[in-house]
Amino acid sequence: MAQKITIEPVTRVEGHGKVTIQLDDNLNVAQTRLHIVEFRGFERFVQGRPYWEAPVLVQRLCGICPVSHHLAAAKALDVIVGAGTGHGLTATGEKMRRLMHYGQMFQSHALHFFHLSSPDFLLGYDADPEIRNVVGVALNFPELATQGVMMRKYGQEVIHHTAGKKIHGTGAIPGGINKNLTTEERDILLKGDDPLNADKMIEWAEGGLQFFKDFYLKNQEFVDSFAYFPSNHLSLVREDGALDLYHGVLRAVDADGKKVLDDVDYQEYHKLIEEEVRNWSYMKFPYLKHLGKDDGWYRVGPLARLNTADFIPTPIAQREFEAFKAHTNGKPNNYCLHTHWARLIELLHSAEVIKELLLDTDLQKDDLVVTGNKTNEGVGLIEAPRGTLFHHYQINEDDQITMANLIVSTTNNNEPMNRSVNFVAKNMMTGQATITEPMKNAVEVAIRAYDPCLSCATHALGKMPLDIRLIGANGEELDHYRS
Amino acid sequence: MRILIYGYGNPGRQDDGIGARFTELIDQWSAKENMPHITTDCNYQLNIEDASVIADYDMVIFVDASVVEDIENFRMDTVKPDDASIEFTMHAVSVAYIVDLCNKIYNKTPKTYVLHIKAESFDFIEELTPVAKQNMLAAAEFLKRFLENIHETQKPRGRQ
Repeated sequence: MAQKITIEPVTRVEGHGKVTIQLDDNLNVAQTRLHIVEFRGFERFVQGRPYWEAPVLVQRLCGICPVSHHLAAAKALDVIVGAGTGHGLTATGEKMRRLMHYGQMFQSHALHFFHLSSPDFLLGYDADPEIRNVVGVALNFPELATQGVMMRKYGQEVIHHTAGKKIHGTGAIPGGINKNLTTEERDILLKGDDPLNADKMIEWAEGGLQFFKDFYLKNQEFVDSFAYFPSNHLSLVREDGALDLYHGVLRAVDADGKKVLDDVDYQEYHKLIEEEVRNWSYMKFPYLKHLGKDDGWYRVGPLARLNTADFIPTPIAQREFEAFKAHTNGKPNNYCLHTHWARLIELLHSAEVIKELLLDTDLQKDDLVVTGNKTNEGVGLIEAPRGTLFHHYQINEDDQITMANLIVSTTNNNEPMNRSVNFVAKNMMTGQATITEPMKNAVEVAIRAYDPCLSCATHALGKMPLDIRLIGANGEELDHYRS
Repeated sequence: MRILIYGYGNPGRQDDGIGARFTELIDQWSAKENMPHITTDCNYQLNIEDASVIADYDMVIFVDASVVEDIENFRMDTVKPDDASIEFTMHAVSVAYIVDLCNKIYNKTPKTYVLHIKAESFDFIEELTPVAKQNMLAAAEFLKRFLENIHETQKPRGRQ
């Protein structure tokens, strides 16, 4: 009789995930599934609300990445108010938003590394869970734990000074922003008391990266063999191919580096990307339409971004990028745990960008908003910490939102996360009828590499539309159920 | 004695906003009563950087919406570092976890409480339910008396 092993919940992941591993009669892993068991209901909630409320409303999705939702919504509404896509804003408007966004990226990546990943690196993947957490790090490596806390705090300060508030920030509005950065605020962030200043953040980001590289040198076999599989990679890139976390064109490359989406305008995303519903998960499975669902799925996030970008436009991160690319001879990197490496390069890049922006006097100028000819539809994309985030709105003649569609980063990574779980399960659980602690840890490590946020990845309200098809051995449809 | 009243929760999720609303009430009250040693703050959720925030205070009172069944309207509990649970998500941590981290990193352990206020609903609405609002007001009156008592005991005693 086949046996089913269930692990729940996946600790250290926001929301609730459930992994099911199906074994056959010989205890071979027959099937694995990462289930999403929490759902919210945002897209229907926002319907009927005035469009200008969206950048604030979307922050209610959850408290984890409110800035990413705030900015993605604002970018979509820029299109609706005729302020163009991405570069239509004033210099002050765009740069203030960029500062807010890179502050968010910095604090999120710092949290992930110091709070989530470093316990695995420092204390060992197989260490007792009682100590394999940031408190365990604080006991054994207090300097590193302090750096993590202060880097988070610095990123939050950047957000506070650009979004205006800690909760439900209002900084970005359709067509621009509602405040600039005063010289006092700039000085606090640029040259604040040690350690809360831009130079120290760059120094610590470099230290974090060096820490990972040292770990990697000692554990290369393990890191490189853990959940390796080829995939497509998707992200925004700047028009010249540079890494750009705020705006750009949509690019996807396959596992060999061939462009399968060649720098296209994301306003047309719905012609390029399809979302598959599977009857066992609330979370959809996006894929590139022209490649089909079997070949068109892709990764997003730090690893994908470093695979799609041609270069990084800040000097220290570019140096690290070159070393990262050299590891795979310039080809895309498909090693799951190298996501941590990529994330730390982005952490360093974010710190460099924050400093560059703080030195830019455009942030003190007063030209904050632009307007143009209004339209009834807009799409806003941004590279959130966990990957590409899509916001799409339509409005009616009364300025009310009639349609909202969000594809969040974790949803984009649904298939890769499932594949990572499958890889680990097949390698560690075949022939086993019980779950040992190392097995459980391995599954969680695989999922955590993507830094998933499940709380906003599933946002159906009420009953989830579901399409179930019963397919026979020859591919014929035996039954069809649609809720 | 420096005291921090720290509310947490998402004000866009109905009663989850109790913490933020509560700190507004206390903020107004402490200003009116001239109690500069009391500071308020709020956020969506707690995270590791809060360890450095609470390190600057002698006493911290966290305020949160609660769905615990045996709480009728509100309840204030003491928190100790060794209450810290390892069952945490990466994106939010518990009060005990913050206190524990503060202790490990900064070698400081402020006297810490959590004021749980009974909540009812967590829909996408930026307004408390009437029941939660009533519970919040009752909890605010309780905390004011609690803080007044501390204030009285801290006053320098003059000669009779």
